[in-house]
Amino acid sequence: MSAPSSDYDPVQVSALQPEEVARARDAALAAVAAATTLEELKAVRLAHAGDRSPLALANREIGALPPAAKADAGQRVGAARGAVRAALEQRHAELEAERDARVLVEETVDVTLPWDRRSRGARHPLTTIVERIADVFVSLGYEVAEGPEVEAEWFNFDALNIPPDHPARTMQDTFFVESADSGVVLRTHTSPVQARTMLAKRTPPIYVIAPGRTYRTDELDATHTPVFSQVEGLVVDEGITMAHLKGTLDHFGAAMFGEGIVTRLRPSYFPFTEPSAEVDLECFVCRGASVGDPDRPCRTCSSEGWIEWGGCGMVNPRVLVACGIDPHRYTGFAFGMGLERTLMFRHGVEDMRDMVEGDVRFTLPFGMEI
Amino acid sequence: MRVPVSWLREHVALPADVSARGLAAALVRAGLEVETVEDVGADLTGPLVLGRVLEFVDEPQKNGKTIRWCQVDVGNPEPQGIVCGALNFALGDAVVVALPGSVLPGGFAISARPTYGHVSAGMICSERELAIGEEYGGILVLTPAEVGTARPGDDARPLLGLPDAVLDVAVTPDRGYCLSVRGIARETATAFGLPFADPARRPVPAGNDAGWPVVLDDPVGCDRFVARTVRGIDPAAPSPLWLRTRLHLAGMRPISLAVDVTNHVMLELGQPIHGYDRARLRGPIVVRRATAGEQLQTLDGTRRALDVDDLLITDSSGPIGVAGVMGGASTELHEGTTDVVVEAAHFEPTTIARSARRHRLPSEASRRFERGVDDDLAPAAADRVVQLLVDLAGGTADPGVTDLDGRVAREPIALDLGYPARLSGYPFAAGEVVARLTDVGCRVEPAPDGAALVHAPSWRPDLTDPADLVEEVVRLHGYDAIPSVLPPVPATDGYSRREQHVVVVSRALAGAGFVEVRSYPFVGEAAFDALGLPADDPRRRALRLANPLSDEEPLLRTTLLPGLLATARRNIGRGFADLALYEMGLVFRPRHEGPLRAPRPDVHARPSAEELAALDAALPDQPAHVAAVLTGAAELPGWWGPGRPATWADAVEAARVAARAVDAPIRVRAAQVAPWHPGRCAQVVIGDPAAEQVVGYAGELHPRVCAALGLPPRTCAMELDVAPLAAYAEPLTPAPHVSTFPVATQDVALVVDAAVPAAEVEAALRAGAGGLLESVRLFDVYAGEQVGEGRRSLAFALRFRASDRTLTVEEATAARDAAVAEAAARVGAVQRT
Ligand SMILES: [Zn+2]
Repeated sequence: MSAPSSDYDPVQVSALQPEEVARARDAALAAVAAATTLEELKAVRLAHAGDRSPLALANREIGALPPAAKADAGQRVGAARGAVRAALEQRHAELEAERDARVLVEETVDVTLPWDRRSRGARHPLTTIVERIADVFVSLGYEVAEGPEVEAEWFNFDALNIPPDHPARTMQDTFFVESADSGVVLRTHTSPVQARTMLAKRTPPIYVIAPGRTYRTDELDATHTPVFSQVEGLVVDEGITMAHLKGTLDHFGAAMFGEGIVTRLRPSYFPFTEPSAEVDLECFVCRGASVGDPDRPCRTCSSEGWIEWGGCGMVNPRVLVACGIDPHRYTGFAFGMGLERTLMFRHGVEDMRDMVEGDVRFTLPFGMEI
Repeated sequence: MRVPVSWLREHVALPADVSARGLAAALVRAGLEVETVEDVGADLTGPLVLGRVLEFVDEPQKNGKTIRWCQVDVGNPEPQGIVCGALNFALGDAVVVALPGSVLPGGFAISARPTYGHVSAGMICSERELAIGEEYGGILVLTPAEVGTARPGDDARPLLGLPDAVLDVAVTPDRGYCLSVRGIARETATAFGLPFADPARRPVPAGNDAGWPVVLDDPVGCDRFVARTVRGIDPAAPSPLWLRTRLHLAGMRPISLAVDVTNHVMLELGQPIHGYDRARLRGPIVVRRATAGEQLQTLDGTRRALDVDDLLITDSSGPIGVAGVMGGASTELHEGTTDVVVEAAHFEPTTIARSARRHRLPSEASRRFERGVDDDLAPAAADRVVQLLVDLAGGTADPGVTDLDGRVAREPIALDLGYPARLSGYPFAAGEVVARLTDVGCRVEPAPDGAALVHAPSWRPDLTDPADLVEEVVRLHGYDAIPSVLPPVPATDGYSRREQHVVVVSRALAGAGFVEVRSYPFVGEAAFDALGLPADDPRRRALRLANPLSDEEPLLRTTLLPGLLATARRNIGRGFADLALYEMGLVFRPRHEGPLRAPRPDVHARPSAEELAALDAALPDQPAHVAAVLTGAAELPGWWGPGRPATWADAVEAARVAARAVDAPIRVRAAQVAPWHPGRCAQVVIGDPAAEQVVGYAGELHPRVCAALGLPPRTCAMELDVAPLAAYAEPLTPAPHVSTFPVATQDVALVVDAAVPAAEVEAALRAGAGGLLESVRLFDVYAGEQVGEGRRSLAFALRFRASDRTLTVEEATAARDAAVAEAAARVGAVQRT
């Protein structure tokens, strides 16, 4: 409106009186304090700090003052406007915080509502236990090997020192493919992977773990299944002894069942190992405390203190010969465990059929890892 | 092998305080698998006494039965009145009486009770009731010899051999000698460090020419044959109680004295014995292989066609037995037999094993011959039979002794005495090695430089290699002594890429909400029919098992779907309608027509490369597959809104999830393949278009397949071959350049013929857009009046970005126009305006 002027306007000048400035400031501060919403505050800002507010108008009059009075009035009005601006900012911040808090409260939801739109997945415990076992041995430095499930009899029996007509052949009730003399069977154990590995590698050192599916002509019931899983371990190297076998089994037992769990070897017979042994696992539930204590029976080990886990032994030199490895230079050990059985006692699976039928209620609790 | 502990104690002076369980534990440590320990007589409590029948009255009953009212002396001043249902005893007979207060096996409590008009104060027992034998035609009557000095009222248990215990030992195939009391007693003696009285060590008469003539025509099949003759046995003489009880406890049924004696000697010594009725033998015994067309009626009454591989016992009449397996009916011992020819022979294990299997005749004899019988045992075993027939049946031993011995001496085993320590990791001294092997029965002959020549005993045909001897040394010392040491493992490859691929695919599917199942790989033709596979579908070419568990499912799966779909149906049947399942496993695809024939290379050296190749060539392809099935809701309805049924798109996405897990760049296109809906089936391919490979299929199942399998309509499935996915996985992923310049977005709507696949339109856009294209995404599909009949509109969002500058609108538009032009050229796309 009016530019600074040297003209003196007595009417307008009254707005610059100290009392007027103070009144306008106080009115503004009171209005700011009285604003309860951001909208009200916006109106207050317009009325008391806008272009047409008394203090703005007063400010504009300063130019009309005589030079001697300018400094004094300017300081006075500037202080008043500053106080109002500060009050506005502070009140704005307060009201904004209040509004934000209110919105967040209004947006509260029931976080316990389910979100089961999509089904959960899970892996079969036989799959995950294979991985867990393989991890134990890969950590030691072993490699994972595998072989075909439809296998040549030569690999399943002959190469493993189980000649035709050997009683051990009839002990393993074999599925024959096509005919009994085709020379092709469903492998009855994972041991043929031993022969395959030695033939493929040609020279030790050999450190492998070989999980896989195996078959025998058992009818499915609570404790048998014609299709089952084993894990096979094979080590062939210079200077390998039964002590290394024992050490490896103890490590395996502790890794799967807990610190300090050890194994026990009992003499046994397998054509492909000599000496041979059954592997018993110290009961990881009672650790032997149930033995002879009828007040603390243990279901896991039937209060025997030990659980039958698998078979093992030193690789029979005849097997090394059939696989082209010098038995005078190298020795080795092998072991094999049934995985269904391992799951049964490790997780308390009561019925073999649960692992076979694929009921989602059985598999879901096992999740992604075991 | 069931062994009464009392029988073992006859040969080992086992201290009285060694319990049956303690004995079992020691045998287990030595490597015998004792499956059960059975107490005999432990469940027989209370007064069980010897009684003598003083008088009785037979009283016929209305029901036609006759009971006997007996007065029995049981050692009391007054006789005991007892009602007995059996009539097989006489006045003065010694019997076993269970008095009131006693409990018989099976929890049968005896009390004085009124019956048939009397008060019966106890029970006269039979062998079955005492659980020491079979019913033998009534109650047990003890002979004077069996009573000895015992008096009525005395505890009857000692007379019955009670209490006793029976160990049931599962004998491994290498330990044939433990199929005898002799063998287990030897292990017992060694385990307890006690002397062993070998029952086979007895003086026997030398062979002469006066015995029954025998000719060994097959020295490989039979290298030892002893024949002895006993004349004049009393055919009516019964087996004494001890013999019956032992056979019963050992799990064999008493038959007649002569047969029981042969069985007893077999159990005692491990030598199978065959007895012939001498009167029925015709001319010399000849041991030979069968000739074509020969037949034999075995003593189980079956007429059997013989195989030229069968080893036979023959006489002038023809075959009279399959050697070591089963005798013939014509020369069988019978109730009138008085003269017996006893055969104790040694047969070759494989021959016997084959015959037993061929004729499905696993007998006590064949079980022993298969595992190897002591070839030095025949004379002693035959002599033991002769002795028992003389002692128990009143026979006379014939002086003629036939003993044909064609055995080849066994080679000694050269053993480095340091080998047990080197193989076991336990420091066995040479002296201990020799001592342990001597315990086993070996003769150890020292040789220079620490080695030794070990002569294995005749009863251990399993000991052939140095490693066999190591096991003997270690097991007798105790496996517990072996220290526990981890071997130093060199660096290896760990998991192969293939194994890692299987794992990540499995994890990805489970992470995407699928539950893993593992079904059996057995299928039948019906499964292929249900899937609607055409007659010439390669998946119908399946391997067939010779001995399937079920005749309905004799084939090996060529696809995972039958097992997976059956599992889905089972879950639905159990109340789970909304399913997402997956399976990973091998399928089996024959490689060639014609009969399967895998070679059997020699095992005395590494097979040649050709032999190994032939072995693998005989096997089918066994690729790992992954399959998934979805039914019901893919997303459930809930407080968030409605649900969404699983569709073909979920099945295709499952395939993509599997492929993405291994970074395999798959493409899909429409296909018409069973068992999928012909309009809702995606073929999954991988590789350069010029040499692309079909990985599998995904989509909605054919309505007929759902109906045939009892699955809900619109069930969806996918199946992929894992190997090609893994083969195309990026081996070394190149890192992208991430531009920080702004993106320019252009949307286009293209109208194409409805039959043009969206993937082709997208591919055309990508090809035409040039290097500035960052991504293409189809965000809408529209069909309707506005685009015209038989056409549809596909809306894509194109994002452009340069790596070195901010794109101008003109640049982005030019790139978009080039993309649209390519789509127009390739698939006739028209941009909607
Ligand atoms: Zn326990």
